[in-house]
Amino acid sequence: MDQSKIRNFCIIAHIDHGKSTLADRIIESTGTLTAREMQDQVLDNMDLERERGITIKSQAVRVVYKAKDGQEYILNLIDTPGHVDFNYEVSRSLAACDGAILVVDAAQGIEAQTLANVYLALDHDLEVIPVINKIDLPSAEPQRVINEIEDVIGLEAQDAPLISAKQGLNIDQVLEAVVEKIPAPKGDKNAPLKALIFDSVYDSYKGVIIFCRVMEGTVRKGTMIHMMDTKAEELVVEVGYFGAGQFIPCDELSAGMVGYITASIKNVRDTMVGDTVTDADNMASEPLPGYKKVKPMVYCGLYPADGSKYGDLRDALEKLQLNDASLFFEPETSVALGFGFRCGFLGLLHLEIIQERLEREYDLDLVTTAPGVVYKVYKTDGTMIELTNPSNLPDPSEIEHMEEPMVSAEIMVTTDYVGNIMDLCQQRRGIYMGMEYMETTRALLKYELPLNEIIYDFFDALKSRSKGYASFDYEMKEYVPAPLVKLDILINREEVDALSFIVHEQSAYERGRKMCEKLKDEIPRHLFEIPIQAAIGNKIIARETVKAMRKDVLAKCYGGDISRKKKLLEKQKEGKKRMRQIGNVEIPQSAFMSVLKLDDEK
Amino acid sequence: MKNIGIYIHIPFCVKKCNYCDFLSAPADNTVKELYLRALQGQIASFYEEDYNRSHKVTSIYFGGGTPSLVSAEWIGKLLDTVKKFFVVDDNAEISIECNPGTADEEKLEGYLAAGINRLSIGLQSTNDDILCTLGRVHDFSQFLQVYKTARRVGFDNINIDIMSGLPDQTLEDYSQTLDTVLSLAPEHISAYSLIIEPGTPFEHMELNLPDEDTEREMYYLTKRRLAEFGYERYEISNYAKPLKQCRHNNIYWTGRDYLGFGIGAASLDRGFRYSVVRDINKYMDLAFKEKWSDMFENVEKLTDADKMCEYCILGLRRCEGVSLSRFEVKFGRKLLGVYGDVVMKYAQMGLLRISGDNLRFTDRGIDVSNTVLADFMPD
Repeated sequence: MDQSKIRNFCIIAHIDHGKSTLADRIIESTGTLTAREMQDQVLDNMDLERERGITIKSQAVRVVYKAKDGQEYILNLIDTPGHVDFNYEVSRSLAACDGAILVVDAAQGIEAQTLANVYLALDHDLEVIPVINKIDLPSAEPQRVINEIEDVIGLEAQDAPLISAKQGLNIDQVLEAVVEKIPAPKGDKNAPLKALIFDSVYDSYKGVIIFCRVMEGTVRKGTMIHMMDTKAEELVVEVGYFGAGQFIPCDELSAGMVGYITASIKNVRDTMVGDTVTDADNMASEPLPGYKKVKPMVYCGLYPADGSKYGDLRDALEKLQLNDASLFFEPETSVALGFGFRCGFLGLLHLEIIQERLEREYDLDLVTTAPGVVYKVYKTDGTMIELTNPSNLPDPSEIEHMEEPMVSAEIMVTTDYVGNIMDLCQQRRGIYMGMEYMETTRALLKYELPLNEIIYDFFDALKSRSKGYASFDYEMKEYVPAPLVKLDILINREEVDALSFIVHEQSAYERGRKMCEKLKDEIPRHLFEIPIQAAIGNKIIARETVKAMRKDVLAKCYGGDISRKKKLLEKQKEGKKRMRQIGNVEIPQSAFMSVLKLDDEK
Repeated sequence: MKNIGIYIHIPFCVKKCNYCDFLSAPADNTVKELYLRALQGQIASFYEEDYNRSHKVTSIYFGGGTPSLVSAEWIGKLLDTVKKFFVVDDNAEISIECNPGTADEEKLEGYLAAGINRLSIGLQSTNDDILCTLGRVHDFSQFLQVYKTARRVGFDNINIDIMSGLPDQTLEDYSQTLDTVLSLAPEHISAYSLIIEPGTPFEHMELNLPDEDTEREMYYLTKRRLAEFGYERYEISNYAKPLKQCRHNNIYWTGRDYLGFGIGAASLDRGFRYSVVRDINKYMDLAFKEKWSDMFENVEKLTDADKMCEYCILGLRRCEGVSLSRFEVKFGRKLLGVYGDVVMKYAQMGLLRISGDNLRFTDRGIDVSNTVLADFMPD
């Protein structure tokens, strides 16, 4: 394979700027697929991605393009996620590329994540080619956006292709730019093997399938590969590249190529994303620079609704972790929910996606506890613990002080909504750091915000208060001391550990009250009255009551009713089984989830 | 000799009531005639010499729909068919449900002559506005007329159906309905508390229903008032003068066999529960092609666990409850051996009580009986 005819690139963009659509058009116009075979968004092959219209997992595809110079080029397109929670995965994909297409919406211009992704790409020394998309929109202002790209990012953009991915307009200009401007990969195919693992999937027949970019050397069937970090070794069974939606075997992968390796690897832990694959018989002296380890920001408990599915949940989490190294989990137990896992996520969307994937792809019913951040608890004996589960909070008498993580947030918003957004940040205990006008109609607001104030529903609140015009990016800052308290929920005078959470003193009363109201609606009436209380230590701060059931009786039961009546009672009994028993109160699974959505009614 | 009941379903009505979830619909005369012929055929098809040597019919019940839309002549023919193919006890209770506005003196006389000896009349309420909301086709005066006519022609065993918890019903309204009914001194009163069933017009209507406390008060009032007048509550919704309990319904609640004829009719027959197809055209088609065995659906063979469970959940509807000794004779196991945990749990909560040989609900237990009975269901 002639290296000079290979281009490895990705597409980066702010969410909704048309990245996946452009990928579809590229695949379509290069003739790897006929128009009839094209499904919308070919690259997004998980159901969940299709439904939400976003890209979660990095995917790769190889296409063949005949350029205007008459030569055929192999283009390896690696798709990247757009959401801020998945920066880590973007970074993984970028490491496998030599260049990036930057898609910017001709109407919306540069958004927060456009910037974030460009900086990531430049960090990886990638050649960035700007492309203006959606020029078919009536509101498109390509010249304004071109100027913006030059002014704000400092990229040459006057000759940027003006395209409509949706209508397939000028896609060939994009491909030409890829061939002309993105450098061909370098690397010696005869040097010791170094291949970067940027993703992997588990297949029940083939075992772990490693997605990699070969930087140096060659790998082929029969090579004894060695993972430089995990030290695992296995004989290669097959190598190949990515067709659209399928794996296509080939003889070898050499320096510059992007493809996959299978090697009967059964243990998902052996193939860490970011690790370097080398040849056991001709080892590289040093691994490639890996990815920086990411720390989970948001934690919550995940429990199987059916306690006997604990093992299934563990297996599923292990498999997900295989291609999502940012997912963290460890076993924990709850009095209310039994055996489960404390899981760490990059953000709330990441949490939701993992939860949905567990439910859909692994057919698990889950109970999720309220998400929280990592608090630092400084104890009077001078030690410090990192608290990820509110139930583990030491007795208040042992606590010297507590600290919570802050983020520095940048919110880009049209000037009409600046006031609304400032109000929102104020409510969330934000500290105003400044505002910059990007141009006359748009401003960049800078705030420092406690992370625990933005993990619940900040995105939603932001969108609704700006009619969808605000975009948001944040990065972690330091920990700062804060007056934090643990709020406990008592149901029928018994504390329910799975419902406890840490909250700022000022918001405790409000949250406690809302929790009680929500739970009152969720808990069915029992044969006795059930008090629901919110408490800080021994102090009750809110109370609601689920009244005792007055009537649950079938007035008529004659010959024809008996079968129906039995079904009714069976259902009732089944319903009871699905509930969580706390003392003698049966609590539906949904009650544990409902407290995640406290701010819905606002 | 085992005593059994026969249920005959008449799926016709003048107009469907807003709360009704029984299988019924208006129909023209041709359909009625064909349906009644099909019924005759189905009854005849059951005939088994062996069965008749060991089973005796002690109750026949015409339910609906509105059975009183059927002429006395046809009721007579159906009864003759039953008598021809089954052994019917001389003292059998033979009931028909009767709606005001559908039976005149001549018809009632005809029924009596045909062998009907018990009438069940649907009144529901004495308040005409409420009757209108319910979608009933009669007013109170029409009810009074049919009741008095029935007495005059000689019916000496009459049930009146009333309902509580109805839209726009007040405690005073209901109390008045009770007083009026008591002044007529029927032998039997069925007092139902309204349940909004899925699929009925009420499900989607905006109804001004009495609040929970008022609804329960109506229910308690029923028991108090009827007791004052010598009616014994013998089941959750049924009250009778001494010796006037409905024999047919007791068959259901004590787990004895019954055979159902006509669309949707359910049977408990020698350890099997099954029901007849619900589609009237399909029913008639199968009947005229004499494909009797294709007529049944929802066939369920009862296991011992099912039988024990049914014995309890149905038996507990009756106020005298379930006899511990009879349970043991019937199943060879002690009731408390099978359901000890459940009984203890709810006895401690004051919902079940064992007195002497009987396990029964307390008054509070009846109010929430479904919650308790659910725990009797097999795992």
